[in-house]
Amino acid sequence: MKTMNGLHSTLIPAGIAALLALSPMTTRADTLSEVTGRYNIQPSSRVGFTVSQVGGGGITGNFKKFSGVFSLNSSDISRSTISFTLYPDSVTTGQARVESFLRSDAVFDSANFPTITFKSTQITQTSPDTAEVAGILTARGKSSPASFQANLADHGKNSITFRVQGKVMRSRYGMDVGTPIYSNVVQFDMMILGQRS
Amino acid sequence: MLRNSRESFGLVSILFHWIIALIFLGQIVLGYSMVRVSDFALQFSLYQWHKSFGFLVLGLSLLRLLWKLANPRPHDLQHMSSLERGASHVAHFILYLSLFVVPLTGWAIASTSPLQIPTFMFDLVVIPQLPMTISDTAEAFWASSHAWLAYLSAIVATGHILAAFHHHFWKRDTILVRMLSPRGQDRKEQQLTGSKS
Repeated sequence: MKTMNGLHSTLIPAGIAALLALSPMTTRADTLSEVTGRYNIQPSSRVGFTVSQVGGGGITGNFKKFSGVFSLNSSDISRSTISFTLYPDSVTTGQARVESFLRSDAVFDSANFPTITFKSTQITQTSPDTAEVAGILTARGKSSPASFQANLADHGKNSITFRVQGKVMRSRYGMDVGTPIYSNVVQFDMMILGQRS
Repeated sequence: MLRNSRESFGLVSILFHWIIALIFLGQIVLGYSMVRVSDFALQFSLYQWHKSFGFLVLGLSLLRLLWKLANPRPHDLQHMSSLERGASHVAHFILYLSLFVVPLTGWAIASTSPLQIPTFMFDLVVIPQLPMTISDTAEAFWASSHAWLAYLSAIVATGHILAAFHHHFWKRDTILVRMLSPRGQDRKEQQLTGSKS
């Protein structure tokens, strides 16, 4: 809506403004052309996850330490890329025993595999403000395809925020301990803040 | 044959006795070992097996109690002193009580633990948590109660086993045999009368 307001103030004729309001695709195209560039993922981003359990509920947590860059190409979204690294040692769940279990060689084995990485291979626009990000996720020395849905949440002149969600099958990375009590599916829900670099 | 008589245990009582005895003693060994395992993934599995078998003991013991109430109790052997009878009744009562109290205190650990790990009995049935206050303190209290009661019951069970051997090998009576076969007592008594005549 910020963009719409901006357009309203610059485009004086009320008729044109009304026409633009009726065609959001046009304004979105204008929006996206502004966002082309390279961004650093900010520490204020949030990387949350949930693993559901039988009988309801589950384990919910966050990864506090991560880094990454993404470049957006608004004229051809498929030429955009993202590279993301997270440090599993930084996992927090509000329960120390769960955290030490997750860090141990039963799950992340963070002593031997200190990082989990994701590199995009294919980004596909799915709607004016959403895209599917497919790539290779590497954890515990195992690489396997994974994909996430990115939703444009907010953007300013030099910053942009995506809500990114996706499901990862932990068995593919040798982390299937606790199944079927705990689901094999890890549901990620992230707010990724990028600052133009 | 299936039901007890005043003279002998039926097949159902005999099977209940030995199956529950086997699982209960196995559970004490498993419980002792699982808390001393350093591998987190293995430890998680062992705990889940211990919980599953614990609920099996509880369920079987409930059925056993109903069966016991619906069947006559074979009489004590004539030659036993009142002290022996008293001691055996106390031991049997403690063992019976343990079959309920020990699994129930285990259930209390799972229910009060802040980890709230679901009990998925043999990966088939979700056992609900008991409505208890969840805290580290409560979990620690029930965990030590569970362990001490289990070890105490193991001491009583050892006395029970030694008494059975004493009757069988020293006194050469039918106490052990009548818990081995529904017709065991008859055979043994025939042998005894045969050897005497």
